[in-house]
Amino acid sequence: MSRKVPEERYRKTFSYRFKAWLEGTKDPFLGQVEMHRQEAPPESGEERARRERDEETLRARVYDLEHNFEMRIFNRVYRVFSILFCIFLVVMLLAAVSDLPAFGRGENPVNNEVAQRYIEEGLEETGAVNIVTGMILDYRAFDTLGESHVLFIATCTVLILLRRDGEEEQREGRDNDRLYEPKDDVILQTAARVLVPPILLFGIYIILAGHLGPGGGFSGGAVIGAGLILYLNAFGFAKTERFFTARTYRRTSFCALACYSLAKSYSFYTGANHIESVIPLGTPGAILSSGLILVLNICVGVVVAGTMYTFYVMFRKGGY
Amino acid sequence: MTVFTCILLGFLVVCAIAASLSKKLLNTILIFMSYSLVMSIIWVLLESPDLAITEAAVGAGVTTVLFLVTLKKIDAIIKKESAQEETDEQEGA
Repeated sequence: MSRKVPEERYRKTFSYRFKAWLEGTKDPFLGQVEMHRQEAPPESGEERARRERDEETLRARVYDLEHNFEMRIFNRVYRVFSILFCIFLVVMLLAAVSDLPAFGRGENPVNNEVAQRYIEEGLEETGAVNIVTGMILDYRAFDTLGESHVLFIATCTVLILLRRDGEEEQREGRDNDRLYEPKDDVILQTAARVLVPPILLFGIYIILAGHLGPGGGFSGGAVIGAGLILYLNAFGFAKTERFFTARTYRRTSFCALACYSLAKSYSFYTGANHIESVIPLGTPGAILSSGLILVLNICVGVVVAGTMYTFYVMFRKGGY
Repeated sequence: MTVFTCILLGFLVVCAIAASLSKKLLNTILIFMSYSLVMSIIWVLLESPDLAITEAAVGAGVTTVLFLVTLKKIDAIIKKESAQEETDEQEGA
């Protein structure tokens, strides 16, 4: 270590503390915030027996409907009011629905100049034959970016809630998971062997052809995720972890979200400043067309497929 | 076509009511899955095939699997043999 200042003085500087915080060697809460686990107050066997007896008699007396007059009245009023509330809700919702304009009529308020613009100029401006994809990944790509991040945050929350930390908990999760591991089910394995490749291929097709026909990143990703879950159920974790682990998920979704953000910032920058984009739109109908939409579809598909699979693994095992 | 749509919509309502009235959680999940499947057919009839794909993959596939895993975790799916054993034990006691 070649430092100009001695170690003690360096430890007092802001940069040392920042580095320690960044690396996680210093816990900002430890020693600063009072953190004690709450313990139940100690009680002898006699006290405990009395407390339980008291609770029991209290419960018995409150719910003794033959003698407790107030409880009986409350029960009746509660039932009447719940039925009235349900009827009120149903009537209000039905009234609101009956006020809506008829489905698919030309003069509906949704058929305004915005929809007209999308239909008339969409193909020319986005290059996507599928107008829906052109809308959600070009005109309204900012919303879709937010959606992908919402999905990612949902996975993070599931990770925080369901992940097992520590050696003991993880071992417990693995032991419990043996109950779910397939016991070499011939029917399931044969069916999976036949079904999984077409499902994955179909998912990839939906993603890649999202700008040409129905489909797109979200539906294709969901199909791929469902195929992965089927494969996992048939063959177990030992086989899936050869190609998909927590690290794979972290890396692919980070890369996909970063790629999406960068591509969209480029498109917003050029679009908002009226600069010509260098990415050609291509011939409508070709697979390599419509500019950034294909890239964005692939990004969304990767995130969604990983998220579906990770949800399942978290629910089952609490960690990869 | 209208008759077909009406049948599907009626099935949807029946499924929704049955799912909420069913006493067994496993049956509720299976009814909910059929609800999603019928809904995806209705999406096709409403001319939005991309929604139909998503509904079939997410609603009928992934959600059902997650529900089933949760049921297994909380021991709500009782196999026939163990249920039989339990009743035997109760009768013996």
